[in-house]
Amino acid sequence: MKVLSFSPELCVGCHICEEVCSDTWFKTTDAAKSSIRILDDGGEHLRAVFCVQCGECIDVCPTKAISRDRNGIVRIQKKLCVGCLSCVGFCPYLAMFYHPDQTEPFKCIACGKCVKECPADALEIVEAETPALSVTEQWAARV
Amino acid sequence: MSEKTSNRRVLAEYVYQPPAVVHGYAGQTLYVNVSDNTITARPVTEEMKQKFIGGRGFDLWLLWHGVKDNTQWNDPENEIVISSGPIGGITQYPGSGKSLVAAISPLTDIVVDSNVGGHFGPLLKFAGWDAIEVQGKAPTEVIVVVDGVNGRVTIEEAPDAPVDTHRLGHWLIEQLAESEEDRYFISTVSSGTGAEHTRIGCLNFSFYDRRRKAPRFKQAGRGGIGTVLRDKRVKALVVKSPPVRGDSDRPADPQRVAQAGMRLHKEIHDYDDSQCRMRHRGTSYLVKIMNDYDLLPVHNFRFGSHPDADKINGDVWEARFTQGMVDGCWYGCTLACSHAVDDYTVRTGPYKGEKVIVDGPEYETIAGVGSNCGIFNPDDILEINFYCDTYGIDTISFGTLTAFVMECYEAGVLDKEKTGGLELRFGNSAAAIEMLHQMGRGEGFGRIAGQGIRRMKAYFAEHFGADPAFLQDIGMEAKGLEYSEYVSKESLAQQGGYGLTNKGPQHDEAWLIFMDMVSNLLPTFEDKAEALHYFPMFRTWFGLVGHCKLPWNDIVPPDNRQTDEPAKIPEHVRNYVDLFSGVTGREITKEDLITMSEAVYNFQRVFNLRLGRGRREHDAIPYRSMGPVTVAEYESRAERYDKQLCEVLNLDPTKMSTEEKLAALRKHREEQYERLKDAVYQRRGWTRDGVPTVETLRRLGIDYPEVVAVVQRHLR
Repeated sequence: MKVLSFSPELCVGCHICEEVCSDTWFKTTDAAKSSIRILDDGGEHLRAVFCVQCGECIDVCPTKAISRDRNGIVRIQKKLCVGCLSCVGFCPYLAMFYHPDQTEPFKCIACGKCVKECPADALEIVEAETPALSVTEQWAARV
Repeated sequence: MSEKTSNRRVLAEYVYQPPAVVHGYAGQTLYVNVSDNTITARPVTEEMKQKFIGGRGFDLWLLWHGVKDNTQWNDPENEIVISSGPIGGITQYPGSGKSLVAAISPLTDIVVDSNVGGHFGPLLKFAGWDAIEVQGKAPTEVIVVVDGVNGRVTIEEAPDAPVDTHRLGHWLIEQLAESEEDRYFISTVSSGTGAEHTRIGCLNFSFYDRRRKAPRFKQAGRGGIGTVLRDKRVKALVVKSPPVRGDSDRPADPQRVAQAGMRLHKEIHDYDDSQCRMRHRGTSYLVKIMNDYDLLPVHNFRFGSHPDADKINGDVWEARFTQGMVDGCWYGCTLACSHAVDDYTVRTGPYKGEKVIVDGPEYETIAGVGSNCGIFNPDDILEINFYCDTYGIDTISFGTLTAFVMECYEAGVLDKEKTGGLELRFGNSAAAIEMLHQMGRGEGFGRIAGQGIRRMKAYFAEHFGADPAFLQDIGMEAKGLEYSEYVSKESLAQQGGYGLTNKGPQHDEAWLIFMDMVSNLLPTFEDKAEALHYFPMFRTWFGLVGHCKLPWNDIVPPDNRQTDEPAKIPEHVRNYVDLFSGVTGREITKEDLITMSEAVYNFQRVFNLRLGRGRREHDAIPYRSMGPVTVAEYESRAERYDKQLCEVLNLDPTKMSTEEKLAALRKHREEQYERLKDAVYQRRGWTRDGVPTVETLRRLGIDYPEVVAVVQRHLR
């Protein structure tokens, strides 16, 4: 499956990726509505937070609103989401985001817009192995 | 929802426009009378919201006005009232989907209240009703259907509907869901055939498990409310609501609610694995701890531990529960403790051979029907759990009364002739299971046992010549309700926690055993009295708002021990302030949580008085809950008891017989409990007779004329 990848040593901290992401998906430039965050921990390089499609949230969602699409990308079906934010609390990468303007959380879906706009080539979409089936997916296969 | 079968017949119909929920309230309650088929709407007043909040508060307020002073549990005037609460139905915070039920109990003859999971209460609210009252007695068996999608409430004859829950739950979904998605927002309340033949009937509240594609059931266990439902000839209450959304409660400040939720989700993610492991093993984690601290009920609360306890502890259940499922009983509960054993093949009885989902077992069931009865085989516990649920029988009352029966059998009070062939010794699971089936069929010794311990004591004394004093000592009931599964013998605080409740010895109000016996935080009378004020009030609060108390203290922040009052879990208390203020828009402080509860709690105490009980004498407890009754019990803890006689009473145990030591210890402990009553009543603003004073009622704003009139009859 395709997944976003970040090279910290190349990043210049311009935050254009955050603007592009929030503009693409929320029609506004607001880092709080971006699915990629560039953070300064005070170290040598900046750190990027975004979904790596690990799929741990799939087994935490009470309504099975979270599933992999045919490209292996983890997607939220808004229609099924009840806004419980369990996935936000349980994401091991803190990469599931909440904004008060909507009840459903949001995350990176590896669309590649930020990759195109990054002036430092610090972002790319790479091919990764799809993780093992979640318990949810195993149970869905049960007759 | 169309009538799929022709033998469902609508007897009455009420059409309505479901109001939008605003800040946690729909603004009206539903009244249904199955005697005369009346269905009406009643307004929720500002006074109700201010004083009674919701949940148990609304239940008690509505029940007070529905019944008379002399209403018995099986009069048509008795009501079953169910309500969630203003912060019930939010999805962001763990434990937000509880329902509160109240009725006059067939066991205690006063009001029993119960806090139960499943989806019914919140879906009822989203269908347009803050509460439902069911009064009357139907001439023929009926179901009540609240359709919040189409705005229609119906009372319907349903002669084909099964009675036992695991069958009825499936039947109702088949009848009423047009599609798989429809099933998500249907919830049912039902009981079973066991409730019809006993006083210990429970209610089963369903939620639809989307992964298992089946309904699951949580229990409003205590007090026999299932028996009341069946007495009214109601097979089920059903609600169908529009889809639940993250803002269905229309909170005043959704961000404040969301922030609290995300904080707790993260805390559970980070720490549950190393704390209680609720997500993996549910409340079964308690078995090992109770056993280690000598607090696990064994053989009718005689002992506190057993070498076979490891056969039924949390490790065993973690292996039996299907892992990785979202086992919350409402959306967004990441504490997720509602586990199940899947594909369990039923071994006995009318459903033998069926593959079923067993909901549980919870700690109380494991300890009650397991260790307390000397049963240490997990499959036996599962068999009893399954049948209690489907028959609509409370596992706690079943466990504690079976333990009583077993001790009576071993003491020679009962024998095979008297039990109709059931050799009800400790550990005889086959006999216990057969007795349960008798309760389901309404036959044999099961009919007698199903009356509960209080009535069994009278029956055994009258018909079998048993010594009533012995039975009184070992029969673990108070106010008529069986004890839940903690050995309170060595904890004066927990004796009060059980004995000084409104409804009977249920740990809903106070669970002070840990604070007292493990953490040693309550050394003085004043400490105990203060705890017996704060914690029942704090725990009551969950029942006013539609919440579960497990996310309050079955997970704690890592720095909790460094706070100034770790037993209160201060960070979580702040969360609840955020939730209440965030949803209702009513800014409160943490002190307000207590005052809100005090009003409802005292109202319930006065309700008990109104029904003829509720005084000091009614807070009596059996001696088995306070200390060793028998020589064997004394000797099982001789060192501890001898030390107490020596240090506290200045006696020399080496010069005393065991009988003399038993008597001396008993006198001391009984006096201690009386002193505790004095301290607690004073702290609660009650007289020495346990009656709320008019000043207390005034302070709490519940000095309504009819309430004051009740206490004045008892104030001298």
